[in-house]
Amino acid sequence: MEQRYYQKEIETMPVEEIKKLQSEKLVKQVKHVYDNVPYYRNLMDEKGVKPEDIHGIEDLHLLPFLTKADLRDAYPYGLLAKPLEECVRIHSTSGTTGRRVVAFYTQNDIDLWEDCCARAIVAAGGTNKDVCQVAYGYGLFTGGSGLNGGSHRVGCLTLPMSSGNTDRQIQFMTDLGATILCCTPSYAAYIGETLKEQGYDPDDIPLKAGIFGAEPWTEEMRHNIEATLGIKAYDIYGLTETSGPGVAFECSEQTGMHINEDHFYAEIIDPETGEVLPEGEKGELVFTSLDKEAFPLLRYRTRDICVLSRKKCSCGRTLIKMAKPMGRTDDMLIIRGVNVFPSQIETVLLNEGYEPNYQIVVDRVNNNDTFEVNVEMSADKFTDKVSEILAMEKALANSMKIMLGINPSVHLVAPKSIVRSEGKAVRVIDKRKLI
Amino acid sequence: MAIKQLTVFVENKQGALVTITDTLASNNVNIRALSIAETEEFGILRLIVNDEETALKTLSDVGYLIKVTEVVGVKIGDAPGKLSSALDVLDKAGINMEYLYAFMARTEKHAYVVLRVEDNAAAESALEAAGIHLITDADIEKL
Repeated sequence: MEQRYYQKEIETMPVEEIKKLQSEKLVKQVKHVYDNVPYYRNLMDEKGVKPEDIHGIEDLHLLPFLTKADLRDAYPYGLLAKPLEECVRIHSTSGTTGRRVVAFYTQNDIDLWEDCCARAIVAAGGTNKDVCQVAYGYGLFTGGSGLNGGSHRVGCLTLPMSSGNTDRQIQFMTDLGATILCCTPSYAAYIGETLKEQGYDPDDIPLKAGIFGAEPWTEEMRHNIEATLGIKAYDIYGLTETSGPGVAFECSEQTGMHINEDHFYAEIIDPETGEVLPEGEKGELVFTSLDKEAFPLLRYRTRDICVLSRKKCSCGRTLIKMAKPMGRTDDMLIIRGVNVFPSQIETVLLNEGYEPNYQIVVDRVNNNDTFEVNVEMSADKFTDKVSEILAMEKALANSMKIMLGINPSVHLVAPKSIVRSEGKAVRVIDKRKLI
Repeated sequence: MAIKQLTVFVENKQGALVTITDTLASNNVNIRALSIAETEEFGILRLIVNDEETALKTLSDVGYLIKVTEVVGVKIGDAPGKLSSALDVLDKAGINMEYLYAFMARTEKHAYVVLRVEDNAAAESALEAAGIHLITDADIEKL
């Protein structure tokens, strides 16, 4: 496959040169933040670090971390590093885990973010001949705007669909011949299911690639989506705190995401001690924005558990790669003392031939954790014999026990009875009150 | 020869059953027989109807998980001992049975039994050999 790049010079830059570029940007950025963000200046002062102590990337570990709690404390303007007259936009998180985070952008910030998204679209095979359907939510959520901007930069015909209204998505997809679909993986799976229900075959639609992110998904789910839609499914990573999607993106090799490290420097730390871990070790992903102006977070702890790799990539890009996050430090459930990631449940379901439509319900009864997994019955497994359905539930519970080390009670439920939000799927209901 | 039974996955929730019967009623489908097997969380509704194609389509459209199962139908006299002798035939032929349910016709002096067995063909030939009258989908439509 012929490799194309959106910004070849950066994307294939020798590692030594990238490091030099990162160091130069970091020195400037630390000074910018120290001078303009009293909140972070205080953190640096408390740690006894001055901007003069930072000579390059090798000194990054001296700087204090920022956490989601800092973002809440500093809400709304406490981490803003530019006067409002230079800011042109905000985006915001959904705020499901507490107070929402508001991030600010100057026009330069928007430009570099859209470049990052354009790199992702080109890496997925996008050109100005493509019709790019953006079915991420538009508005405060970063997904829609980010990919919309990237699609413009590549010169694709952009369909700014936003999420939801699946019948309309399918109508535009088929009538206008969309070739690239950008949305959350669960919505891509839903669109795929609906297309199938409406009698479409993957060969009936010209769709060739999908750029899916903003929620965790597994390799098995990728194979599923690729088969139902007849496409290559590429992962994209990002978070509102650093800009939005496009912080990292997948290439034709589909073995991890290249981090746009000319803008975002990645570290892996031990989540307990904060110590920086060597390349290849699993830990919490931490990002430093090297050249964002309005909302330049230094050493922001993402809570994603991940591994980095500099292994040479067949696509020719030299940008460091991150593995798909293996879970989040905050998505992780501790049930009966055992760490459980929803992605493990999903893996079991796909291995056993079920659609990954499930919901985990955890509660505490008489000081014991209850652990239920509701799974939607699939049409080809349904039978008229109660004994067989009970046996299927038992088999699933067994496989989950092997994967997790603890025994859930599994219930098969009617298809489509688990609420699918067309943005992010609600996978976990934790009713425990642990105080 | 076997007759078609519709099997529907029903969650144990209030109103779950009435949605199904309403859907069938408004599409002019007449239920000849039904049986429910239930657990704490779900039930399996088994239906014999006069028009299984319409029932299948309308219930699927509403979103029910539904499948067609081939079962054996027999017509027996409405008198004590008649069911026993039919079951005896299957037992002697070594045919395992999963479940059964029975229904009466309005006018005839007969009862009908729906049998879910492991091997439909074997059950049918054993029953026929014993002189027990098997019913077909066409018979169901006429009931």
